[in-house]
Amino acid sequence: MIYLENISKTYGAGANTVHALQNVNLHIPQGRIHGVIGLSGAGKSTLIRCVNLLERPSTGKVSVDGQDMTALSPQALNKARHRIGMIFQHFNLLTTRTVFDNIALPLELMGETRSTIRQRVEPLLELVGLVDKANQYPAQLSGGQKQRVAIARALASKPNVLLCDEATSALDPQTTGSILELLRDINKKLGLTILLITHEMDVVKSICHRVSLISDGELVEDAEVGDFFTAPRTQLGREFLNDFLQLEPPKELIERLSPDAGTNTHPVVRLTFSGDAVSTPLISKLARECEVDVSILQAKVESIQDRTLGLMIAELLGTPQQTRDAMAYLESHQLQIEVLGHVQRNA
Amino acid sequence: MSSAMLDLILQATLDTLYMVAISGVISTLLGVPLGVMLYVTRPRQILAMPVLNQVLSIVTNIGRSIPFIILMVAIIPFTRMLVGTSIGINAASVPLTIAAIPFVARLVEGALNELSPGLVEAAQSMGATPWQIVRKVLLPEARGGIITGLTITVVTLVSYSAMAGAVGGGGLGDLGIRYGYNRFNPTIMVITVVILVVMVQGFQSLGDYLVRKSDRK
Repeated sequence: MIYLENISKTYGAGANTVHALQNVNLHIPQGRIHGVIGLSGAGKSTLIRCVNLLERPSTGKVSVDGQDMTALSPQALNKARHRIGMIFQHFNLLTTRTVFDNIALPLELMGETRSTIRQRVEPLLELVGLVDKANQYPAQLSGGQKQRVAIARALASKPNVLLCDEATSALDPQTTGSILELLRDINKKLGLTILLITHEMDVVKSICHRVSLISDGELVEDAEVGDFFTAPRTQLGREFLNDFLQLEPPKELIERLSPDAGTNTHPVVRLTFSGDAVSTPLISKLARECEVDVSILQAKVESIQDRTLGLMIAELLGTPQQTRDAMAYLESHQLQIEVLGHVQRNA
Repeated sequence: MSSAMLDLILQATLDTLYMVAISGVISTLLGVPLGVMLYVTRPRQILAMPVLNQVLSIVTNIGRSIPFIILMVAIIPFTRMLVGTSIGINAASVPLTIAAIPFVARLVEGALNELSPGLVEAAQSMGATPWQIVRKVLLPEARGGIITGLTITVVTLVSYSAMAGAVGGGGLGDLGIRYGYNRFNPTIMVITVVILVVMVQGFQSLGDYLVRKSDRK
């Protein structure tokens, strides 16, 4: 549905050249929700604007629904844009129009008659749950309601594609949840292909099928969401994941951690289980087979789409040989194991 | 006060209103589009034309920088060509209009500047043409700011029209100078000033009311 081929975008010239995007390749099949995640300034905004040509890429090809966007005349481009809805972080509603008239705007632009507009807008008001607000102005609405109006407006021209530019970044967590639910609903009901950009892992986790990680204008990782959350391939991916999971050892333990193993110390490890490993009683097996004791300091289980991800911070208690064996055993069972440090055994 | 005097005052009031109305309407009709052009032809705007933008900007600045009293005299040949005479209220309306056009244009441009660039971006993403963006997004969204600007213009025109007396323009300013100042009649002077004050108050209140009505923020 959406193909980006070798997209690059540069601003300025000479020494002041800024490479906003470099050789970006992305394919999003029909009906999928694809997230692009990255820090601010990584090029997310530029990337999403290249799809509907709000930003024209310096080189490369953009194709949406089989149409080569970069080759279109201005008139044809406007027509193609009717098939690509877009919502924004700050909603961008017209303050002088009512909710109804905001949703009607794209249809007015297409030259639809008043009665067609009424027929299109009313079901959309229902879809986004704002029938009773039809005659209010945006200033009278909450942030979540404004984004609902923006979503209805983006859907008015019956697009195949919806672009979401940080659509939930200005909303509180609860409202974010309800907007994401609405987007997922739309994706299912209308088979809409959705490209969203965000800096929040929560958004990716809740609704995306696939995710790309962008850094300095380049896509550095592209994976199914389940894979990305269980085994990110890049350092940046791991940083995003750790921030998201927020599984750090207790503070008092960090103070006692030393990087080197000494006499009478025990390793503290972070274990990441995914797939089958989650449902296997590995810890009790470990205790039996390697004769080490496991002191669990912190643990949590996240479910990401059809995957389950288990995380644990634990201290392995045994002789140096026993703990080495234990780690080897865990690794052989597809666990990711990271030694955080060593602590002196409590007297 | 004699009834002849009252007639004079009434006539002068009507003359002032006439000059303000003519120049206000024509400068709005020409100044609003010029202001929109100044905005939309900027680099990275919906009809980016940097060269045209520079030219329009310079012309507007020239119009804004010529002192009104000099403008009035300088364009006498043009005024004569347009209305056939260089004295009277019709003749005075010409320089008033010329002076007000760039004034209106800059105020309109300023009102458009206040809008969030996201609005234009949203309209573009919906496939709006530049003309549709101007008509359906920029002008309605900036309506409050534009009315504020037009109110300032009208008030300025009231005071400028008083200067028009200098070229035999008529109106309250002319009356105040000729009867109040030259003939030492402080009553006339005070009356003309009071009428001007009331007039300005009226225009300002009307403008404020219209802004309130169009503001949905």
